[in-house]
Amino acid sequence: MDGVKKALWIVWKDVVCELRTKETLSSMFVFALLAIVIFNFAFQLRGDERVGLIAPGVLWVAFTFAGVLGLNRSFIKEKDHGCLEGLMLCPVDRSAIYAGKALGNLAFMLLMEAIALPMFAVFFNLPVLMPSLLLVILLGTVGFAGVGTLFSAISVNTKAREVMLPILFFPVLIPIVIAAVKSTAQIFDGVSFDQSMPWINLMLAFDVIFLVVSFLSFEYVVEG
Amino acid sequence: MNRTRFLDSSRLTSALFWLSLVGIVTGLYAAFIYAPNEKTMGVVYRIFYFHVPSAWVAFLSFLVVFVGGIMYLRTRERRWDTLALSSAEIGVVFCAIALITGSIWGKPAWGTWWTWEPRLTTTLVLWLIYAAYLMLRRMIEEESQRARVAAVFGIVGFVDVPIVFMSIRWWRTVHPIVFTIDEIRIAPSMLAALLIALVAFTLFYLYLLIQRISLENVGHELEALKQRVA
Repeated sequence: MDGVKKALWIVWKDVVCELRTKETLSSMFVFALLAIVIFNFAFQLRGDERVGLIAPGVLWVAFTFAGVLGLNRSFIKEKDHGCLEGLMLCPVDRSAIYAGKALGNLAFMLLMEAIALPMFAVFFNLPVLMPSLLLVILLGTVGFAGVGTLFSAISVNTKAREVMLPILFFPVLIPIVIAAVKSTAQIFDGVSFDQSMPWINLMLAFDVIFLVVSFLSFEYVVEG
Repeated sequence: MNRTRFLDSSRLTSALFWLSLVGIVTGLYAAFIYAPNEKTMGVVYRIFYFHVPSAWVAFLSFLVVFVGGIMYLRTRERRWDTLALSSAEIGVVFCAIALITGSIWGKPAWGTWWTWEPRLTTTLVLWLIYAAYLMLRRMIEEESQRARVAAVFGIVGFVDVPIVFMSIRWWRTVHPIVFTIDEIRIAPSMLAALLIALVAFTLFYLYLLIQRISLENVGHELEALKQRVA
């Protein structure tokens, strides 16, 4: 329980930082909005009026790209101001640091999605306030933030840090993208939720496996 | 010296060289002359004797990267990191060969260079993951940090592979399934030719691996000598 409390303190630190600067959330949100607008042009100019076909893809591309933006900031801001060393000196487990950073990233992602989703509903004229869709978004985002936090810590150690994150992250993220887009499409098409169950289970499996793997391997990434 | 290296023996290296040479020549004979034409695809199918072993070597070398990563994190001995690096480089090359030969075969057989089929797509994702692995290594200067971070990435990447496969599998599949659990659906002579090719490619992989490891070790020795002179 002590570890959970310490992790929550790290989340709190990130939230306070964000409230003071507001740089991560605002850039994530504007980027997601831009992605939705650009993709809408890119596909609709082909003359296809059936926007429902492209909507799930656009939604997840927007979330993914905006999410990477936020993940990049997550460890770069720690590194640039020497905060990472400070965090390492704290009398907490490395796994508590991982849990705290991952929860913080998850919270920022979900907030960004909560603001971007109504915009998406307006532009694509689709109903988004469905429990099944919200579940899919939650599961996809948990996996995203879980692995993403580990990869953010990896890429901050490299010479070209902002560039490395998507190159490392996207290939590993592919199962989440497939499952999320497929189940989102099924929900928009109005097929029964049972048919989305394999995808939901796949995301659950991805989330559990990679949360465990990231949790265990995080300490090797930040040590030294 | 022995503790820091793997398989550092010139006798073994030359034995592997000759074995893989014999294997490859036999494999070529088996693939082009010994094995019969295929009933529907005719001669086109023969690329299968290069495609399947390349894919096998790619998967094998990525498994070695995974094991090397785990062992490095446990022991912190540099030889495990050298093993993982060497295996990853060879794996990426053979993965590319498998993708290209598959594509060449796909054009006459399926009428298209590429389809988003589970095995194809998984192999492409594998290539992307391990190309990223090699890029990551080049982006980190400090040696022990590079080894640690690369080990973690190699482990995460390998764990991802079955999930990628499962996720793509729920799309319609068109890849020919040669091996199923209860029967093998090719002629015995074809199977023999395939087995020869698999053995030859595996021996060749081991040969390349040893060469790459000793190249890396020579590089380290050179670095150490330079340090001493300076």
